[in-house]
Amino acid sequence: MRRFDYASPATIDDALALLAGGDGAVRPLAGGTDLLTLMKADIATPERLIDIKRLAELDDAIALDADGLSIGALATLDDLEDDPLVRQLAPALAEAAAAAASPQLRNMATIGGNLLQRPRCWYFRSSLVHCWLKGGTECQARDGENALHALFDQSPCVAVHPSDLATALVALDASVRLRGPAGERSLSLGEFFAPPTDDRRTENVLAPDELILSVRIPPPADNARGTYLKAMDRKVWAFALVGVAATVARDGDRIGAARIVLGGVAQTPWRAREAEDLLVGQRPDADLFARAADAALAGAAPLADNGYKIPLARTLIRRALAAVTADGAPPA
Amino acid sequence: MATVPVTVTVNGTERTTEVEPRTLLVYFLRDQLGLTGTHIGCQTGQCGACTVQLDGEAVKSCMVLTVQAEGHAVTTIEGLAPAGTLHPVQAAFWEEHGLQCGYCTPGMVLTAEALLRDDPDPDDHTIRHAIEGNLCRCTGYQSVVQSVRVAATRMAEGAQPEPLLRRS
Repeated sequence: MRRFDYASPATIDDALALLAGGDGAVRPLAGGTDLLTLMKADIATPERLIDIKRLAELDDAIALDADGLSIGALATLDDLEDDPLVRQLAPALAEAAAAAASPQLRNMATIGGNLLQRPRCWYFRSSLVHCWLKGGTECQARDGENALHALFDQSPCVAVHPSDLATALVALDASVRLRGPAGERSLSLGEFFAPPTDDRRTENVLAPDELILSVRIPPPADNARGTYLKAMDRKVWAFALVGVAATVARDGDRIGAARIVLGGVAQTPWRAREAEDLLVGQRPDADLFARAADAALAGAAPLADNGYKIPLARTLIRRALAAVTADGAPPA
Repeated sequence: MATVPVTVTVNGTERTTEVEPRTLLVYFLRDQLGLTGTHIGCQTGQCGACTVQLDGEAVKSCMVLTVQAEGHAVTTIEGLAPAGTLHPVQAAFWEEHGLQCGYCTPGMVLTAEALLRDDPDPDDHTIRHAIEGNLCRCTGYQSVVQSVRVAATRMAEGAQPEPLLRRS
């Protein structure tokens, strides 16, 4: 790992001042589980790290109020997996946290950092390849080895978003509160995640001198349930080949509202709106779930090696919908 | 680039030193403190051989900067039980053949001990979930799970660290 300077400021304002103008050469450090990996591989080469885990104004608190669940940016994945409020009100998030990384990393990794982690594309992660996402001109995966890559084409880059939490949080209609030099702003995660563009080669709209303060999940609707299912190429401790988060609110014997979000299929969490529209107002049954799964993948444009993700995603969607509509399952 | 002062409590003893910010915790422990019971495996956060406890929670010390441990407490395998004794988790691994080559063992034991403090009576699923991040290429994990189960039983019965010599 290259040498860098380390600073541990006392206040968020001090931290933002240190980040200002750094444009990537100055990076915030929280759990470090993704950043250190990038630095060891020479993909990120910051000159200075700003430790934000010691900022008194930034915390790991998980609290419930009239606006829902508020989760401090420093809450660890282990906190989310075990927290009674998260398990009760946002089980899809607790399940996503439990399915991510390994226990030791879940003890260090924060929710804020998890949302900002970079793709696992092997071209992006190789210091030998100057791919488009790193500022180059070409995406080597598009016509190369692309078994782990996107089904939906949103950008010159076909890497997929690696975060399990992101998939669950979009299904939970969560938002992030950000703070930068101009003050605070809140964005829904649907706005926060954005496919990389020529001018912004990241997977979100966070500015280099902005910090995530907290994540907010609105109160669940009555009779709402949710789940997160993840397919990996081994049973545990891998990134999602496909992840599916589903939240469904019942209206009598029909589906009142639904969100279905896919991970591992696009540069950002992918909302299957066609499937959601098809579900609303219907009585849940296996035939409906199969039609919803087909609708979710109807627009998929597989690359040479990743067509297997289509039946995988369809199956996970059917299973997730069955789980959240089954009688007798615990409410969420 | 400048070194920075750090104070870390390691196995109960406060240690103050200067480190380069890029110094990984595993190198601080091994190279500066001579605590070579913490093994280096993959250096990429995969294998879990370098697992130590940070404020009692298992972490991979190749994925933690020493500066991140500033002001915190680290426990390595050397500090799990008084010198010359085996912690009940270590004793259970010995008796139940929870190891063959031993490379993953310090990390596996520290992960297991952290689990048992959190959940003194885990079922097999919980044990397996807890050791997901510790790779073992010898045992197939069956004897590791059995070791943790036996350790839980012994600790519930009040087992204390016991002299190592009695076993050799």
